[in-house]
Amino acid sequence: MDDYRSEVDCSSLLKQGAEAKIYTGVYLGKLCIIKERFPKKYRHPALELSLSQQRTKSEVRSMLRCRTQGIQTPAVFFVNTEENKIYMEYVNDSVTVRDYIIQVQSSSDDAASSLLKPLAYKIGEKLGKMHNKNIIHGDLTTSNMLLRKPVENLDIVLIDFGLSYINSTNEDKGVDLYVLERAFLSTHPNTESLFSVLLDGYQNGYRNGVGDVVRKLNEVRLRGRKRTMVG
Amino acid sequence: MVIAIGFEGSANKIGVGVIKDGTVLSNPRRTYITPPGQGFMPSDTAKHHQQHVLEILSLALEQANVTPDDIDVVCFTKGPGMGAPLVSVAIVARTVAQLWKKPLIGVNHCIGHIEMGRQVTGSKNPTVLYVSGGNTQVIAYSEKKYRIFGETIDIAVGNCLDRFARVLKLSNDPSPGYNIEQMAKRGKKYLELPYTVKGMDVSFSGLLSFIEDRAIELIESGKYTPEDLCFSLQETVFAMLTEITERAMAHTGSDEVLIVGGVGCNERLQEMMKIMAEERGATVFSTDDRYCIDNGAMIAQAGMEMFKSGQITKWEDTFCTQRYRTDEVDVTWRS
Repeated sequence: MDDYRSEVDCSSLLKQGAEAKIYTGVYLGKLCIIKERFPKKYRHPALELSLSQQRTKSEVRSMLRCRTQGIQTPAVFFVNTEENKIYMEYVNDSVTVRDYIIQVQSSSDDAASSLLKPLAYKIGEKLGKMHNKNIIHGDLTTSNMLLRKPVENLDIVLIDFGLSYINSTNEDKGVDLYVLERAFLSTHPNTESLFSVLLDGYQNGYRNGVGDVVRKLNEVRLRGRKRTMVG
Repeated sequence: MVIAIGFEGSANKIGVGVIKDGTVLSNPRRTYITPPGQGFMPSDTAKHHQQHVLEILSLALEQANVTPDDIDVVCFTKGPGMGAPLVSVAIVARTVAQLWKKPLIGVNHCIGHIEMGRQVTGSKNPTVLYVSGGNTQVIAYSEKKYRIFGETIDIAVGNCLDRFARVLKLSNDPSPGYNIEQMAKRGKKYLELPYTVKGMDVSFSGLLSFIEDRAIELIESGKYTPEDLCFSLQETVFAMLTEITERAMAHTGSDEVLIVGGVGCNERLQEMMKIMAEERGATVFSTDDRYCIDNGAMIAQAGMEMFKSGQITKWEDTFCTQRYRTDEVDVTWRS
């Protein structure tokens, strides 16, 4: 356990996410990302301990499971379970899907639809494939998807698996899509048609039994409070 | 200079408030309090509002020292809320608007909370956590709408707390949530409860069933005191709320949080939010019970903003609606 420390140069803070600090560093000579779930002082210590450990564990598990199924996530180099640190591949030269969509949308409307539709389809396909293997991401947003450059290749890397778990029910897959839909439409106003392209891609990626998941999604949509509805 | 009067009665509070360019001139209110172990039923709540609305209206005018002539615009809660109480109050607003010959504006209740919170705290563009008996939403403004980034996918956090208070037969005076907060301060032993966060959304129904099923047995066996259970419940649900608020802030890149709604009075929630904000260099804004809890001034404040930006509700649209989402309103008063 002690040896790895000499191999790690925990240098600069890159970003503070919702539950972890992200540093860049070097691991065995390779550029890496260090994701540290630092103790959240607002939480009761018992709750904090169980959440951090459980999330570090499920994050690593789901990333490995995705990679064995051909779904790109950063490669995991090392896990420090005592300090809840994950050392993983630094996805060099990439942009978050969120920033990319915002950037394209600000250029022109024509470009937006011709560039973004294939991307949305591809994202949907990836997620369909992931759900087909019963991996529930738990926090799907456009911030949690990276697009490798050159962006034309539509090379998507999924990140942030802290809330993920394995489940085969349509309910959990439907909710996973619902969470994405809500985050997608609130982050990128007026993109309803783009999201429906994403769902088309999802159906293609998921294949068998996808109808049940989409039916569940429609059911979950109606659950939210204060929905406008007739009757 | 605009003077607005606002009528609120979407749940168990009836309030009338007068606002003059953002300054609250008066804001009287009454709460319908039911016996311990009981919630408030729509029909009884409507009767309560009907009995008190005129008395509160005259009190509001008297305290503000204004006459109907001074008023520029009449505002009322169009929704969301309970049907019968909403209608009981709207009918009074509609009547006085006609009597006084003033324009009438139907206000979204959630927008009322947000605008009052912004006015009182001076926060510019905050991520808003709106938590009450009927609502749990994480909201941020973008492109002329208050957009909902996260919300409960089943019951509201206040509803979860209220229903647990009923299990313990806590008093509803001044509110079940207040009494849970006082009990929680004396709680020590933490019981781990289901913790359900789905991205920026939360779910409380599983947690509520879990603790409802076990509470009596845990207390009778002496393993936990009612205080311990209140403490554990608060620690769990507020941690969930703080987490989704932080996630929304990380996602939108925001460095201000505003807490509004009745549960927003809770000092433990405010404290947790403050610790979270400090850890990421952000600022928390919260208000006290005068404005967190439903009141008339907040409806006047949002209505005044709408009025100043040129909105007036057409007469045929001055109905009430129980379902009225925060993101349906065109925010014409912000750039």
